[in-house]
Amino acid sequence: MSGAPFLQAERIWKQFGSFTALADVSFDVHPGEFVCLLGPSGCGKTTLLRIIMGLETQTQGRILREERDISGLPPAQRDFGIVFQSYALFPNLTVFDNIGYGLHSRRMKRQQIRARVGELLTLIGMPEAARKYPAQLSGGQQQRVSLARALAPSPSLLLLDEPLSALDARLRVRLRHEVRSLQRRLRVTTILVTHDQEEALTMADRIVVMNQGIIEQIGTPMEIYLHPLSPFVADFVGEMNFLDGMLVAPNRVRVAGAELACGPTDGLPGAGPVRICFRPEDVDVRAHGASAVNAMPVEIAALDFLGSFYRATLRPAAANAAELRADIPIHLQRELDLAPGRLITVSLPADRIRVFARD
Amino acid sequence: MATAVAVVPARRKLARDEWIARMAVVALALWLLVAVALPLWALLSKSFQNRDGVFVGLANYATYFSNPALFSSFWNSIVVAAIATAVVLPAAFAYAYALTRTAMKAKGLFNALAQIPILAPSLLPAIALIYLFGNQGLLRGLLFGQSIYGPLGIVIAEAFYTFPHALLILVTALTTADARLYESAAALGASPRRIFLTVTLPGARYGILSAALVVFTLVVTDFGAPKVIGGRFNVLATDVYKQVVGQQNFQIGAVVAMMLLAPAVLSFAAERFVRRKQMAQLTAQAVPLVPKPQPLGDGAFLGLCALVAIPIVGILATAAFASLIKFWPYNLALSLRNYNFGNFETAGWLPYWNSLRLAGWTAVIGTALIFTGAYLQEKTRGLQAVRAVVQLFAMLPLAVPGLVLGISYIFFFNHPANPLGFLYGTMAILVLNTIAHFYTVGHLTATTALKQLDSEFEAVSASLRAPFYRTFGKVTVPVCLPAILDIAVYMFVNAMTTVSAVIFLWVPPTRVASIAVVYMDDAGWQGAAAAMAMMIVYTSATVKVLHVLLARTLDRRTQAWRRR
Repeated sequence: MSGAPFLQAERIWKQFGSFTALADVSFDVHPGEFVCLLGPSGCGKTTLLRIIMGLETQTQGRILREERDISGLPPAQRDFGIVFQSYALFPNLTVFDNIGYGLHSRRMKRQQIRARVGELLTLIGMPEAARKYPAQLSGGQQQRVSLARALAPSPSLLLLDEPLSALDARLRVRLRHEVRSLQRRLRVTTILVTHDQEEALTMADRIVVMNQGIIEQIGTPMEIYLHPLSPFVADFVGEMNFLDGMLVAPNRVRVAGAELACGPTDGLPGAGPVRICFRPEDVDVRAHGASAVNAMPVEIAALDFLGSFYRATLRPAAANAAELRADIPIHLQRELDLAPGRLITVSLPADRIRVFARD
Repeated sequence: MATAVAVVPARRKLARDEWIARMAVVALALWLLVAVALPLWALLSKSFQNRDGVFVGLANYATYFSNPALFSSFWNSIVVAAIATAVVLPAAFAYAYALTRTAMKAKGLFNALAQIPILAPSLLPAIALIYLFGNQGLLRGLLFGQSIYGPLGIVIAEAFYTFPHALLILVTALTTADARLYESAAALGASPRRIFLTVTLPGARYGILSAALVVFTLVVTDFGAPKVIGGRFNVLATDVYKQVVGQQNFQIGAVVAMMLLAPAVLSFAAERFVRRKQMAQLTAQAVPLVPKPQPLGDGAFLGLCALVAIPIVGILATAAFASLIKFWPYNLALSLRNYNFGNFETAGWLPYWNSLRLAGWTAVIGTALIFTGAYLQEKTRGLQAVRAVVQLFAMLPLAVPGLVLGISYIFFFNHPANPLGFLYGTMAILVLNTIAHFYTVGHLTATTALKQLDSEFEAVSASLRAPFYRTFGKVTVPVCLPAILDIAVYMFVNAMTTVSAVIFLWVPPTRVASIAVVYMDDAGWQGAAAAMAMMIVYTSATVKVLHVLLARTLDRRTQAWRRR
């Protein structure tokens, strides 16, 4: 990403009494970018969003918009729009009045307001809903209206606080695409807070992964998924197998009785205890005894049918080794006639194995 | 560029509306200080001073406790309150049980009848009892020579007066039953009696305790009934009045007021504690219990409810009848003579109009103040220390008997050094006192309603550049209108019926209806006293009916957006 960032959070600390909600958090958002703050509940992501909005005040640090410090500005002067998980639509106002609410504050003429609200209603695909009250709308419609209300005054930054979490799974997937395409069309810079890694992976240009008040990693969805920089990120985003092993030489680990080539081990001591991880979909399943590189023999302990694939629980032949999971395509299961109790060989691509230090 | 460390803790400027909110919170705190805290402080310090205002430690208390005539009324109050509680509680529990747990007929009617006492000052049952059982009473023979003047009359009058308060709490406690518990008990083969003892009673135990404490407090602090029917039987409430108004002994008056405050505060604290426990029993997944018809049991409960409702209606009917006849018991011809108040005292109808003014102002100003105050407290931020003060003094009035607040007002506003002294003897001080006296219940009603609103409305408004007061006016107030109406009606009816809160503060031009009842009764014009008491009932009842109609209209008009 080139050019000056639109928004910068600079070394933000937030203290609630003796509890540290945010510890030295910094990240940038570029113009038109869609950034997700991703993390488990209690990681500080919502606090960070509220600080950006001005609803909370950071204990230390600065928020910069186009390189100007806006830490001192109240929410109303920041020119940001926000959508909450609860929608917070005004129940006694019609959809029209809800969307127009922020336009009155800008002393717009009645006709201009009507035009602008009409434009937004079309944009969210609900042109006939103007006279309805929020309680007469479905959850998804309410979410669209609350998005339209935030967008109506053309904010320079859109903040979304878990906007899809209250919806059922199917609707959530559909709205992800709608929100994302709306954002692309309007080119409005957006920060979305979510605990749903799938949501972050499908929607974001960049993801900021947070945990216990600190940033674990910032990167594109691909970078986060393929090259997690910490065990936390590896575990939180997507499915992951973790096995304890020993580093025996640079890029070589001994794990579950087998010696494997692995991904980069720069920064780790030359030898010693490590934790290796790889994703279930990267496990290459072969027939028992088939010759393969980076392989180890395992027994199928369980085979769960998940629709489009099987998730297998595999028990390495070596004693005391942890079980691992592998995703097996349906056709492969049929070809190899896999069933619990069978012995197979798994091969692990060296570049898909990540190695972290273990205390 | 991003390497610069911000060493100085960040501070955010306050927007204009945030300044306004903070100033309003400070104003609210100041109001509560003047209306509640400082008068009570004046009372407390007065009880430690002699006539010349010199600190004398516990000397006044020593005088009080060494005077058996004074101290005996403390026990009298406690005993009467205990007996009244023992009478009211089982009756109210059975009544509440019938309303909530049986398929009895005419529940709506019985519920409405039980509310009657709320519309009347506690003077009314006492007057009616004198008509029925007094020296010239129709049913005097039923007392077998006992006198109605004294503890017996007080207990019956207080039972009438406190019944709806106990009923409300017990109905709430019994409504929150979880049907699944009863189904499990029945499935385990428990008999109805065992289910009642092991499920129903334990489930309602906090409600029962809470109702007992409320009734006890109401009786100890009530002035109207013992004033009219107490005879020579002294209680704390009448003692305060005698010391202050009769003997002008403000020091002992202050001590008696403190004695009155102590049990009230204690039982208030206990009640709060108990109520919190009751809340915790409610779980989100509870399945409401729907009573099944049981012809025999339902009939028995119908009879029981009638047994309670008939005396209530009877007492009201007696007062109404007494107000409409020429001369009890010699000339029972109907007449409106008693309503021609000018025949009895020169003020004539003025006290009634004063009551309307007092109730009207209390309802309008009080509701605006209470709701805005609760909003500021609940929905705006900053100034945590000030908010703690507001919270404390918004809750305190519930524990302060009207008489105690009234006497505190004398000490505070009558003090020569008080710049607010000009309020003394005006309608304004009556309004101020009445709002303060009934502040807490309104505050709790408003807070409950506000808590049901989305907590992000204010944040959304700020992001849309709308100041909080615009959202308050356009969203919060319209959405909370039913609760606001409830508060207004509550304030109005209580301002109409209260005696204790205003008895020390009126002057002839501001005499109100309830005070006129006391004075006409004192002067022997019982018919006129009954008539004035009935005027209070008619007015409160009219307001209640209007409230129901208005609430219904409101409900219809807002149906479109209230549907969930």
